[in-house]
Amino acid sequence: MSNQPLLTFVQVTTRPEFADPAAHDATSALAGFLRDRRIESLRFVRGFVLEGVAAHPDGARAARDVLADPVAETWSVDGVPGGVASGDEVLSVVRRAGVMDPTESSCRTALTAAGIAVTSLRSVRRYVIRGAGGPIGEAALREAARKTLANEVIEEIHFGEILDLRSPRPAPYEFRLVTVPLRAAADEELIRISKAGTLSLSLAEMRAVQAFFTKEGRDPTDAELETVAQTWSEHCKHKTLAGEVRFRGDAPNGRTPERTYRNLLKETVFAATQTIARTDCLSVFRDNAGIIAFDDDHGVCMKVETHNHPSAIEPYGGAGTGIGGVIRDILGTGLGAKPFLNTDVFCFAPPDTPEADVPKGCLHPRRVMKGVISGVRDYGNRMGIPTASGGLFFDPRYIGNPIVYCGTVGLIPRGRIDKAARPGDRIIAVGGRTGRDGIHGATFSSAELHAESETVSAGAVQIGNAIEEKRILDGLLRARDEGLLTAVTDCGAGGFSSAVGEMGAETGAEVELSHAPLKYPGLSYAEIWISEAQERMVLAVAPSNVERVRAVFGKEGVEVTDLGEFTGTGRLVLRYGGTKVGDVPMEFLHDGLPRTTREAAWTAPPAVPFAWPAARTADDGGFGDDLLAILSSWNVCSKEWVIRRYDHEVQGGSAIKPLVGVRADGPGDACVNTPLVGNPRGVAVSSGMNPRLGDLSPYDMATNAVDEALRNLTAVGADPRRAALLDNYSWGNATRPDRLGSIVLASEGLHDAAVAFGTPFVSGKDSLNNEFQSERGLITIPCTMLVSAMCVVDDVRRCVTMDLKAAGNLIVLVGITRPEMGGSHYAFIRGIPGGTVPVVRLDEARAVMDGVHRAISEGLVRACHDLSEGGVAVALAEMAFAGGLAADVSLVHAPYEDGPDAIGVRDDALLFSESPSRFLCEVRESDLPALRAALRGVPHAPIGRVMSAGRVKTAARVTIRGVRDADLVNESVERLRDAFTRPLRNGGAA
Amino acid sequence: MSTVRALVLRSAGTNCDAEAVHALRKAGAAPDLVHLHELIESPQRLQPYGIVVFPGGFSYGDDIASGAVYAVEMRRGLLPALRAHVADGALALGICNGFQILVRAGLLPDTCGSGVPEATLLWNESNQFECRWVRLEATTDRCAFLQRGQVIDCPVAHGEGRFVVADASVRERMIANGQLALRYVDPSRDAGPPAAYPWNPNGSPDGIAGVCDTTGRVLGLMPHPERNIESWHHPRWTRGEGGEATGGLAVFRNAVRAASQRG
Repeated sequence: MSNQPLLTFVQVTTRPEFADPAAHDATSALAGFLRDRRIESLRFVRGFVLEGVAAHPDGARAARDVLADPVAETWSVDGVPGGVASGDEVLSVVRRAGVMDPTESSCRTALTAAGIAVTSLRSVRRYVIRGAGGPIGEAALREAARKTLANEVIEEIHFGEILDLRSPRPAPYEFRLVTVPLRAAADEELIRISKAGTLSLSLAEMRAVQAFFTKEGRDPTDAELETVAQTWSEHCKHKTLAGEVRFRGDAPNGRTPERTYRNLLKETVFAATQTIARTDCLSVFRDNAGIIAFDDDHGVCMKVETHNHPSAIEPYGGAGTGIGGVIRDILGTGLGAKPFLNTDVFCFAPPDTPEADVPKGCLHPRRVMKGVISGVRDYGNRMGIPTASGGLFFDPRYIGNPIVYCGTVGLIPRGRIDKAARPGDRIIAVGGRTGRDGIHGATFSSAELHAESETVSAGAVQIGNAIEEKRILDGLLRARDEGLLTAVTDCGAGGFSSAVGEMGAETGAEVELSHAPLKYPGLSYAEIWISEAQERMVLAVAPSNVERVRAVFGKEGVEVTDLGEFTGTGRLVLRYGGTKVGDVPMEFLHDGLPRTTREAAWTAPPAVPFAWPAARTADDGGFGDDLLAILSSWNVCSKEWVIRRYDHEVQGGSAIKPLVGVRADGPGDACVNTPLVGNPRGVAVSSGMNPRLGDLSPYDMATNAVDEALRNLTAVGADPRRAALLDNYSWGNATRPDRLGSIVLASEGLHDAAVAFGTPFVSGKDSLNNEFQSERGLITIPCTMLVSAMCVVDDVRRCVTMDLKAAGNLIVLVGITRPEMGGSHYAFIRGIPGGTVPVVRLDEARAVMDGVHRAISEGLVRACHDLSEGGVAVALAEMAFAGGLAADVSLVHAPYEDGPDAIGVRDDALLFSESPSRFLCEVRESDLPALRAALRGVPHAPIGRVMSAGRVKTAARVTIRGVRDADLVNESVERLRDAFTRPLRNGGAA
Repeated sequence: MSTVRALVLRSAGTNCDAEAVHALRKAGAAPDLVHLHELIESPQRLQPYGIVVFPGGFSYGDDIASGAVYAVEMRRGLLPALRAHVADGALALGICNGFQILVRAGLLPDTCGSGVPEATLLWNESNQFECRWVRLEATTDRCAFLQRGQVIDCPVAHGEGRFVVADASVRERMIANGQLALRYVDPSRDAGPPAAYPWNPNGSPDGIAGVCDTTGRVLGLMPHPERNIESWHHPRWTRGEGGEATGGLAVFRNAVRAASQRG
């Protein structure tokens, strides 16, 4: 008998008579990087390495009955089906050892059902390539594959037909208790220990740990030190934003130039929520997600998370685990909420960035974008959660550090909100097995990226398995409804260490780490404790309910493990096979972090007057080209290519869709979904974000983001006064006073806007250190403040969309336009420097939104669109092509006020100013008096009329006249639509 | 007349079960949601159900191919019982992933009762997942769920929806048997050649969106009629469009009517 295990390599390919889109896509992807060489043909082959079965008969049976499609595919267990002709070259992409293969478990299920027992299974992608005029060569193909077909962070590329298929056998783990000699360490040694262990602890923090263990009279074990590092990480503790900050600089809204915060978040964002004290806030800033009332029986909760650093180096896996993580946040809210909506907001460098401008160590932004979108698509769609709200924002400064915001909204019974582990409860882990995935994710996400991050931090990247999480969801909600749980939390950053440490903070906990089921042998107790393997949750369950919990999850095929007990001792005790490997008081973990005071300073750059271009008239072409250019700019153009990748209809709750209008190409302002299928009560969700303003004034960026999020809600008919908000900060390295200074101002902006609108913040998250150290210097992202808003809508049938509805109706502009052109898209596409930031006049803004809401709720508004990037001109164009109708307006009587950028009325300010708190409303002429009454006290003016589209030969046009009654814009609706839809139609491919 | 009972089957990755249950209930049926494994354990549980629904989702992540793992599980323990149940007059409906499962299990199109897979659902011509609303037209009078000429607006949301058959003879038998049940149509055209992309979202030859078996009691389709049940589901309801005339509820009402006449 040889020791060689039985092994079969099943290879499957599409029959030649059927088109294979995967082969087609691979061909065009590679072609872009093969310069002068051309691919004549390419076959895509799916490979399955089955261990434990012989090729005949079991391997062949597996291929025939399970792995190959009998109609469209051929297979072989003896080589590439159809063979490899001489001169053909074969590329294979194989997962690196230890990287999660999500297909493994379902393939096993199928093989088992077919009566074939395999010991392990791996999938391989192969490409059989014939070059035009002979072989292309290994070097060129590898290089092209590296850029297109494989990500070497998680995969290996092999060249040639023969593959070494043996999987490495991980060595078994032999227990050895590891202690770290901390007590005797000098400062340099403390710093070295922190760096070498990727602990991301500062010297002051290491000293605090040292002092604690000196007092205990022993050195810490590795598991203890890791526990402290995870618990004190920026990712888990938010020590910067929750820390003490001494600020000097700008003093908005009556503040003093020098001010100190003991706890910045508590005294700004959270203070606003306390001041507003709205009674429908059921749970704020204490659970995974904030909860507001939905109806008498349910609450609605929302959380938005970032997953930036992993997405930079492995976009697909990073984004997938990003959305997977925030879904688990919602599952872990209260005793479990049911996710019914996902949101996503991404920031990338522009897709047309030249290859030469991509720094070493970065992926091209188009690849990052495609990977991130595919990751969210595959995870969200498989979970059966509609992704119906989001946005894309482009700026070159995201080249090394993209921003990936993923949000989830859930519904929870009001009786299942409160939770607390009780002494005696069992610590129950449910879900996937533990492996080496994502070790040090929390501490990695708290550090800055550099050119080698992709090699040193590969372990920090996880690959998600959505179906495992879907099974957990199905089991968890059933266990919740049966009343089997006393507390729930998700395993996110820090893995078991964070989850158990958090749940047991008030009680104490004792954990037996050897009980955790492992993906493969060889993990040490410390690795088990901090692994961030995905799709795991921790439950607190009374001993009498454990058997029932096992049964409920078992039915879904979810593994259930008893890890130990919540004790009542106030200590966190870790054991491995009975031996104690950690024992620290919860109090030290949660309150032992030394407080530091950080310095912050920010002063607005001196105002640069806006360099107005020479006035234009209809004679020199008007502003049509500017409007087309703005519609085609990356930040404004249609995101349909992304939206259609997501199932936004699943669960049958989509009432206002992300794209609206006659041809479903109008950008809706907010989505509205009904979480209880068939019940017209809904939730509107929107967001506001404009990093371009952050360069000018972080305070105003924040108030503008709140205004935009609420504007979007108002535009679909939600009541802005009933909205609740979420804050997400993505910033550069906040140890630098100027960056922290801008965080202070942004936080103050959030506070002031929230209080003025009466809209509390209910949840938030921050991501700092979003910087990339390239060989050309440090690239810091722009301050990227995302405000998300949700609002309960009593009856979705009263909502409105932004597409123009009927010829003859009037178009009314609501809100005041001012010449405040800083950060505008007009300035951007014209390359005009200077200008002042648009300012939200909070009282005025509230009045405008209240007025528009009143008008919509009285049924007076046929269409409504908020004005944002590109101002009146862009909003009107979008409304026209979405409705397939023409519009004829004059801005002579538009409400207008002089501003710092201009005295007197300018046509281009009327067209393109991005002053906040403005709307366009379509109203029946007969309803105009009622509309004017609803808008009493709110500046507004009828500016024109919806016109019929195309009598036989005249195409529908949008015409806008200016102060001298000349045409500023006169463009066909078709041309406007095309400008809007073209740029990202194929994912921004050239 | 007693209430028609409907069985909605779920498994790992099923995710359109709630809207399927809602549509059935609104159509007058009494639906139960049951896990596939429970039914495999005791297939006799099928007996009281006049309608069996395989809802959409990503069963087992659609690993290997969409619906493939589920179909293998069905073959093992459920297929004979399900075939007998349909032969006995019950209806079966596969939506999206459910359609993929029925095709891979050999229940559709099953032109000559052999149970051998004769067709498959390939990746969309665009090689991409697509979520968009389409218009369907019923093209058979043999199907218990449909009336010929009936028009349905509803969304698709799939990556593998291109329906192809093993050879020309399968297609000929399907035509002869009236098994081409639904096709994608372009609302801007009354007649003429089959709809082109995007109205045909996946490139199915002849715009085939759904097929039935030779009895007309098993229907599978890629689009989601259960997602156009309420007045606010239609993408242009704010423009006064949609409503019952082109809604998805008719499919379920027809099924309930047909099932209520069963023995």
